[in-house]
Amino acid sequence: MSCCAPGAEMALDLETSVLPSSQEIRLASRSLGDDLHQTDLSVPTVHCAACIQAIEKALGRLDHVEGVRVNLSTKRVSIQWRGNDIPPVVAALGRLGYEAHLFDPEVGEKDKTLSELIRAVAVAGFAAGNIMLLSVSVWSGAEGATRDLFHWVSALIAIPALAFAGGIYFRSAWNALRHGRMNMDVPIAVGVSLAYAMSLNETINHGEHAYFDASVSLLFFLLIGRTLDHVMRERARTAVNGLARLAARGAMVQRDDGTRDYLPVGEIEPGMQLLVAAGERIPVDGRIIRGASDLDCSLVSGESTPKTVASGERVQAGTLNLTGPLTVEATAAAKDSFLAEMVRLMEAAEGGRAHYRRIADRVSALYAPVVHLTAFVTFLGWVAATGDWHRAVTIAIAVLIITCPCALGLAVPIVQVVAARRLFENGIMVKDGSAMERLATIDTAVFDKTGTLTLGKPRLVNRSSIDPAMLALAAAMGAHSRHPLSQAIAGLASPAGQPTFNEVTERPGFGIEATAAGNTWRLGRRGWAGGKGRTGAEGKTGGTVLTRNGTIVASFEFEDALRADADTAIARLKNAGLTVEMLSGDTVVACAEVAEALPVDHFTPTLLPSGKVERIRQLSNDGHRVMMVGDGLNDTPALGAAHVSIAPATAADIGRNAADFVFLRESLLAVPLALDVSRKAGRLIRQNIAIAIVYNTIAVPIAILGHVTPLIAAVAMSASSLLVIGNALRLQRFATTEVTRAPLATRSGIHESMQS
Amino acid sequence: MTTLVYLIPSALFLGALGLSGFLWALRSGQYEDIHGAAERILIDWDDKPER
Repeated sequence: MSCCAPGAEMALDLETSVLPSSQEIRLASRSLGDDLHQTDLSVPTVHCAACIQAIEKALGRLDHVEGVRVNLSTKRVSIQWRGNDIPPVVAALGRLGYEAHLFDPEVGEKDKTLSELIRAVAVAGFAAGNIMLLSVSVWSGAEGATRDLFHWVSALIAIPALAFAGGIYFRSAWNALRHGRMNMDVPIAVGVSLAYAMSLNETINHGEHAYFDASVSLLFFLLIGRTLDHVMRERARTAVNGLARLAARGAMVQRDDGTRDYLPVGEIEPGMQLLVAAGERIPVDGRIIRGASDLDCSLVSGESTPKTVASGERVQAGTLNLTGPLTVEATAAAKDSFLAEMVRLMEAAEGGRAHYRRIADRVSALYAPVVHLTAFVTFLGWVAATGDWHRAVTIAIAVLIITCPCALGLAVPIVQVVAARRLFENGIMVKDGSAMERLATIDTAVFDKTGTLTLGKPRLVNRSSIDPAMLALAAAMGAHSRHPLSQAIAGLASPAGQPTFNEVTERPGFGIEATAAGNTWRLGRRGWAGGKGRTGAEGKTGGTVLTRNGTIVASFEFEDALRADADTAIARLKNAGLTVEMLSGDTVVACAEVAEALPVDHFTPTLLPSGKVERIRQLSNDGHRVMMVGDGLNDTPALGAAHVSIAPATAADIGRNAADFVFLRESLLAVPLALDVSRKAGRLIRQNIAIAIVYNTIAVPIAILGHVTPLIAAVAMSASSLLVIGNALRLQRFATTEVTRAPLATRSGIHESMQS
Repeated sequence: MTTLVYLIPSALFLGALGLSGFLWALRSGQYEDIHGAAERILIDWDDKPER
């Protein structure tokens, strides 16, 4: 898309996306004291300097707005305002062509870990640089008092670096040891602190070999890897957070005395009467008291066809009210609603991932004891051979330093950072490194149908058999409704010659009625619009028709449109050796249609959320590693139960949070791509570990024989680190198939520009 | 040897100066929107300096 003219897509998205209401924004804003409030909005389409300028200027001109600041890195705008009523910022952004979303605010969190890591890198870098300068002088021949002076200065510089930068490793190592586990940080912490202690002793005794440079530059290199890893995950998290919230944050409550209040979802109690306008989501489970409408249940049950509801019927939290206003009596509080039940099911279903141990941790569980044992045996050997305690300690510590897993500590995170970056460029967000390790091991892929394999949006299939004039009429009428079928017809409008109507009314649950030139036109379900057909199709009860004065003039047939590249994606997964299954809450007929179009091996229709979990459990018990791809609320427990999970950006909020990967583009090719990159990353990680082991088999004997000086240690460590980094960067050059730059999903209005 | 007495402290001082400069920049939020800062230089605020 061209950067600063998002207007075109905006016009298309306007009907489908629900803008946050001003009450909802008010709930999400926080008070800065002194009548000043701050609201943060996610604006995924900000892109360049002109966008910043346009937004800051336009919003700054609104009344009561005190300050506006666009953050281009996180694609957010924060607005400070005074007074009781929030200025119409969302509308102002809409006029500029930017769609704004609310996101879950992390109150005052502002990523402390990242700033701690960056500070640690800065301190360690400063110390490593200065100590290295002094060390070079020592290596090039400084002697006697000068050498002692340099050692003392190095020891002093190293203290803050160890305390501050090393603290991160000491804490992590201590945590692991306390829980009886072993991680990569344990040998690092032991190596660094022993090297420092030994060097200090050496310095006091006017010795020759001090390893201050080794211990500090080790910390510096490792911290760089750790920081990169953190930045990558943070970026993915921000991007996922910036997607539109699909759950209602609050609801308009009508009191008995007729007053109306906007309350947060958490404060809604059973018995309250809620007003739900067309286009809003039902906040809690309830029963309809007044009104009729169509509900989009695709996110909740997986059914693709909207459900017609009338007063007296029960509605589930999370369904989208499409056509008419409803008054709903709450029957359950938010914490007992369908959504909360899904969260509980998901927590109960926590699958293999809870027990998954990262490759690095598994390797270090073997590595650390071997290294420490080798150093200890070396020490005993030298004591036995020479009886020189000081010499024995020095050599044993040299062994520890040379084997300190600098390469190992970098080998895994660097590969994962490069891989995550590759995926990010293709619109796939990875929550953490272990997700990629888990994805590389799967052998079964389970897909949800509605919203995952299909778009959850209907598509007209019998267009060729419809009179173009009638289609144009229907399209003009369909534009007046939010109903997905109307939207699908409206999308086919011809740009030339829009028919005009005198009056258009929508009858929730039935269709649209319009009058023009003395004729009454109806677009809607067959029974309501008119039964007399000239095509002899009176027998059918379902279906959507266009009638003129009660006579059918056109009938429309729809099917759920498949997601872009769904068939290619599934074929690729099968080529990669996976079994592909489809689990759906939809009807047998709807599932069979999709299963016919796609080469899935097996499908199970009309499943309840617990049924999906059950099926995944059964597969895992049979020894399969299962990947779940799904988007609905009803898939969330299954996402939690699977070994690894992927969700599209259009998924329900909790589904997005539960999934390990989130893909932003419409194309389903994201799934085989993620699998491919993860498998390649897994291969590179194993190669890197192999490189580290080869390095050790060469370096350790030299160290054990006592030939290692600080100079050799510095060279060897840097060389091995460079080698693994170089190997990791090869991932960037692997030719992988790019996900076609298909249009992005529009249900929540995510755009191409999410990728920075 | 005597030269070292003032050369080492001054080298360390300059290094520390750079380090504290970086930490200050970090704390004052200059790294919060790196991408935005790069683009903002292109904006021609015609009326008045931004608030």
